[in-house]
Amino acid sequence: MNTSRVILDQVTKSFSGHDVIKGVSLEVKKGELVVFVGPSGCGKSTLLRLIAGLETPTSGRIEIAGENVTYAHPSKRGVAMVFQSYALYPHMTVEDNIGFALRIKGMPRAEIKLKVRAVAETLQLGHLLHRLPKALSGGQRQRVAIGRAMVREPDVFLFDEPLSNLDASLRGQMRVEIAGLHARLGATSVYVTHDQVEAMTLADKIVVLNGGRIEQAGPPMELYRRPANLFVATFIGSPGMNILPVTLAGADRDQVTVNTTQGPITLPRVNARVVAGAEASLGLRPESLSLTTAGQGQLSGYVNLIERLGGETFAYVALKGFEAPPIIVRLDGEVDLRVHDEVHLAIDGQRAHLFGADGLALGHAPDTKERD
Amino acid sequence: MSGASIYASRRAGSLYIAPFAIGFLLFTAFPFIASFILSLTDARLQDQLGDAHFIGWHNYAGMWADATFRKSLGVTFFYVFVTVPLKLAFALLIAVVLNFKLRGIGLFRTAFYLPSILGGSVAIAVVWRFVFASDGLVNQFLHGAGFGGINWLGEPSTAMFSIILLRLWQFGSAMVVFLAGLKAIPEDLYEAADLDGASRLRQFWMITLPLLTPVLFFNFIMQIVQAFQEFNGPYIITGGGPMKSTYLLPLMIYEEAFKYFNLGYSSALSWVLFVIIALFTALAFWSQRFWVFYAQERSDKGGH
Repeated sequence: MNTSRVILDQVTKSFSGHDVIKGVSLEVKKGELVVFVGPSGCGKSTLLRLIAGLETPTSGRIEIAGENVTYAHPSKRGVAMVFQSYALYPHMTVEDNIGFALRIKGMPRAEIKLKVRAVAETLQLGHLLHRLPKALSGGQRQRVAIGRAMVREPDVFLFDEPLSNLDASLRGQMRVEIAGLHARLGATSVYVTHDQVEAMTLADKIVVLNGGRIEQAGPPMELYRRPANLFVATFIGSPGMNILPVTLAGADRDQVTVNTTQGPITLPRVNARVVAGAEASLGLRPESLSLTTAGQGQLSGYVNLIERLGGETFAYVALKGFEAPPIIVRLDGEVDLRVHDEVHLAIDGQRAHLFGADGLALGHAPDTKERD
Repeated sequence: MSGASIYASRRAGSLYIAPFAIGFLLFTAFPFIASFILSLTDARLQDQLGDAHFIGWHNYAGMWADATFRKSLGVTFFYVFVTVPLKLAFALLIAVVLNFKLRGIGLFRTAFYLPSILGGSVAIAVVWRFVFASDGLVNQFLHGAGFGGINWLGEPSTAMFSIILLRLWQFGSAMVVFLAGLKAIPEDLYEAADLDGASRLRQFWMITLPLLTPVLFFNFIMQIVQAFQEFNGPYIITGGGPMKSTYLLPLMIYEEAFKYFNLGYSSALSWVLFVIIALFTALAFWSQRFWVFYAQERSDKGGH
């Protein structure tokens, strides 16, 4: 049995000669929640609208539930969409909003009422059915928008930045609700966001888009552990990965040596093709650095700024001899450290990243196994 | 003088509002009150105002017995009840068409608005008279097509038709307001409806029209008020005839005052027209709770 719900095959889209989507192929499996993430203008919303049928691809093919829907009308694709603005009909009650699609379909009123009620109970909207959208809070409107999609029992749910109009605390809460809902319903979903935290926490699979192309697609932790390139490395993770300019010195079978202004650093690394003397970027996540004593560790510098979040502390360290901006080091919440302190840092070589001048990853650490 | 004191100065402030205040008092408030006082007298245009006698409600009381007034009132109501819905429907139709996203649509919008810039003017009414004259454009066209001509302005029913058409021809200002209203409806509502499978026609009835009711309401009030006051058309094209079939109330008011010199009676007629318009407006305002939907509380930003 075919388990793919959505297949995009070499899809492109141009708006008056301007290429917004430059050949995207991907597959969404049944029950999967796939998140499109990327900076604004990367084409993620356009890609979602292409799946929804609100835009028509310039070339390529789109398949949903085994049917070619490349040029099908939005209502004939088995998709339901939750809009960023919610797109609730302002003159209809919650009940009418949720039941709108069923009413269009010509379903008997009594049946609509039952279905709407069931969906409303799932979303804790039961007591709000007779309200107009303007009498609802942001989170409630959001739930109505989701209910309107749910009631249609679509093959695929599409979410277009559904949380971006909510304030921070509500966003976190709704994120958990959506995750819970997805776990309960097991509905195939495509979710667009610019927020990498949303992507990390919700996705079964993340698709990182940039400039109309897929930079990398895979499970969240795979993207985190093994970013294919600098873009993904710096986009995924918060605070972001520290990038240091280095030159490649040499490599043997399972390690690579790079030269820095603070001397050579050797990292365990396999499958790296290295040209000695070439420029490269060393990528260090804040948590793969740790404090050590003088004479130990590979890097040293002075503390610029300390952010204490309680459970953890972020230290901004200006490295000696580096032009790069201060690097961020994640430390214990109670760490005894002051601004202007000199610190010595040890690198967890297994978790360090190396990127060539072209931005592509140079090999990988031996313990991060390739999938299949 | 410092910045703060010029704002605090009463004299400067009064000076700024003086043009409006003087204009309002002179051209609105004074005629308003004067006409009411005149309507209670038997003032005649050729006599000194001092010769007029106070006759109480006599002008008003005698109105119903005046067959011309009854005829005029009937014609006026007919004119208003036919033109207002027709014009609103026509304006809305054109606005919906002009709201399509097409190449060069701006040109069409301008072209369709043009008649409204010209429409109300005396010159166009004169043109209209030639268009519908017995040897006018319409009849020449009919002859050319092999039909007999119609005496457009000479028959009561067709004369009314021609001045109604003149009014419909000026749909532009209502159309522009509708167009603005259509533009204000968020695009994503139609996208959501597309996904829900609603046809364009159903989208119009279920989304566009309900969300357009505030604009419809505004246009309705404006059109009611304007239609009751129509003067140019019947005055220039038909002169109120034939057989008073296009004798709208404003034309009767004008003729009573400046043709028959019955200043008092004419003023009373003005006041009756004023009360009729006020009643219809009030009725419309009262009724809006049943059919006008105000969505302005919709705030997409900022959840709480």
